[in-house]
Formats: sequence, structure tokens, C-alpha cells
Amino acid sequence: MNNSDMPVPVIANGSGAAAMLAAAIGSFVLAVTAFAGDKSVLIKSSLNFYRPTGPLSGVTTVAILVWLLTWGLLEWRWGKRTVAITRINAVSLALLVLSVLLTFPPIVDLL
Amino acid sequence: MEITLRSFWTLMHGMGFGALYLLACSGALIELYRFVTSFAQAGETARDERFLKIYLIAMVVLAWSAVLTGAYVIYPWYRAASPPGTKDLALFPQRLLMSSPSTAGWHSLGMEWKEHIAWFAPISITMVAFVFLKYGRDLKNHKQLRTGVLAFVLASFVSAGVAGFFGAMLDKYAPVQGGQTITVSKGERK
Repeated sequence: MNNSDMPVPVIANGSGAAAMLAAAIGSFVLAVTAFAGDKSVLIKSSLNFYRPTGPLSGVTTVAILVWLLTWGLLEWRWGKRTVAITRINAVSLALLVLSVLLTFPPIVDLL
Repeated sequence: MEITLRSFWTLMHGMGFGALYLLACSGALIELYRFVTSFAQAGETARDERFLKIYLIAMVVLAWSAVLTGAYVIYPWYRAASPPGTKDLALFPQRLLMSSPSTAGWHSLGMEWKEHIAWFAPISITMVAFVFLKYGRDLKNHKQLRTGVLAFVLASFVSAGVAGFFGAMLDKYAPVQGGQTITVSKGERK
């Protein structure tokens, strides 16, 4: 089947792109917040939302809030639109890879 | 046959939620790929789509259950501070690992990475489930979007794999134990 035979998408790609980019941003915020907590005692203590779990509670709560807020915002902006998905894909995957690297302790120690 | 409350929750977290999620990930990768690339009959596709939607929702529940029990039930027991002068560190896994240079890396590399990377799994799979619930069969018409979705399932699999591997190794070297004892069955004395 060549491209001209492909059926035209019924649902615009904006909603999917919004969900994907928001997930990548949420993951990246988690990695950056964890990194910041590792480098600064002040940030680390301010992330101590729930004492038994320690700073991890703040890192994950902040990341989840940013993820959900970003998702809501992007869904509102892009939900019914067709967006440049190739670029959003590339940015999302780059953020995801950076997030994984930024949580890897030997890399955190190097920076 | 007995199990302590802490061991029970560790079992639920690792085997009940984590391992099941890892198994489900490989299935999701194959099933999603097959679904969005096949040209099956409409009736068959509708049935597959319904199944895959339920499957992905179950994965979302498993992933969130794994990280939430990990962070808020087991991790506090793992990182509990030992009272000064404690000789037996069996009830303080983090301190036990840090007390020897040969095991310290399981905490400083293993747990430090696991406690953060694990969260990428539920975030990614929630996105994947949302996209599939919203687009369903229409995902066949969005090549770029489905490439991204499959990449996120793979990322979720890798994240859960790293967390699962270190979880298993940490449990081997410094298991979370203690708490109330649950008697599962009473065996006969030989």
C-alpha cells in the first residue's frame, strides 16, 4: 500500500502528541528534580514532603504535578489540532533518554 | 509456614506488581505492534482492540501499584535509621548495605537509580494507554504517533527492568524484613 492509499486519519494527532510530550516532560522534571536534590542540601530538605519516604516523596510529587498540568495544558492547546508530530516525537524521545541518563548515579556524580 | 508483614509487602511489590508488569510489557510491545500494523477483518480488530484496551489499563494499575507500594510502604522500612550503637543491622537494609564496601554499591548505584527510574514506567504506560484508548484502530493511520507510543512502551519496559533487577539484588543482599508475623499454614512436625 503506498501513501496515497492510506486512509485519512479521523482523529487529529494533537491529543496523542500532547500526552507523549507531557509524559516526556514529566519524566525529565523528575530526573532534574532528583539531580537538584542530590546537589543541594537545601533543595533536598525542601523535597522532604513525607518524612518516612524522604526527598523521593517530593521529587515524584513535583514531577507528577508538572506532568499532569503540562498534559492538561497541551491537551487544551493541541487536543483538536494536527501538530508537527515528527518534531514532537524527536523532542519527547530525546527528553526520555536524557531523563534516564540523568538518573544514573555515575553520571549524576560526574556533573 | 510464616511470612512477616514486611516480607509480604515486598513480595506483593516485586512479584505481584513488578514482575507481572514486566511480563505484561513484552506482551504489550508485540500486541501493539501487531495491532497497528496488521490489516485484519473489522470484527476481529474490534475484539482485539477491546482486549488491548483492558490489557493496557491493567498495566497502568500494575505499574502505579508497584511504584506507590515501593515508595510509600517498603522504602520507609528500607531507609529507616538505626538507633546509635546498633550492632545487628538486619532490620535496617540501607545501613546494612552501607556498612560494607563490598555491598555499598547496591545502595549507592542500585537503589539510587531504581528509586527514580522506576517512575518512568507508570508515566510512560499511562500515556500509552491514554493514546490507545483515544485512538484505537485510528492509530494505524498515525505512523509517527504509533512509533512514539511503541518507543515509550520500550522505555517503560527498560525502566521497569532496571528497577526489577536492582530490586531483586537488593532483596538478596539486604532483604526488608521484620514486622508482624503472618502464619500461612501450620505444617506437621516430622
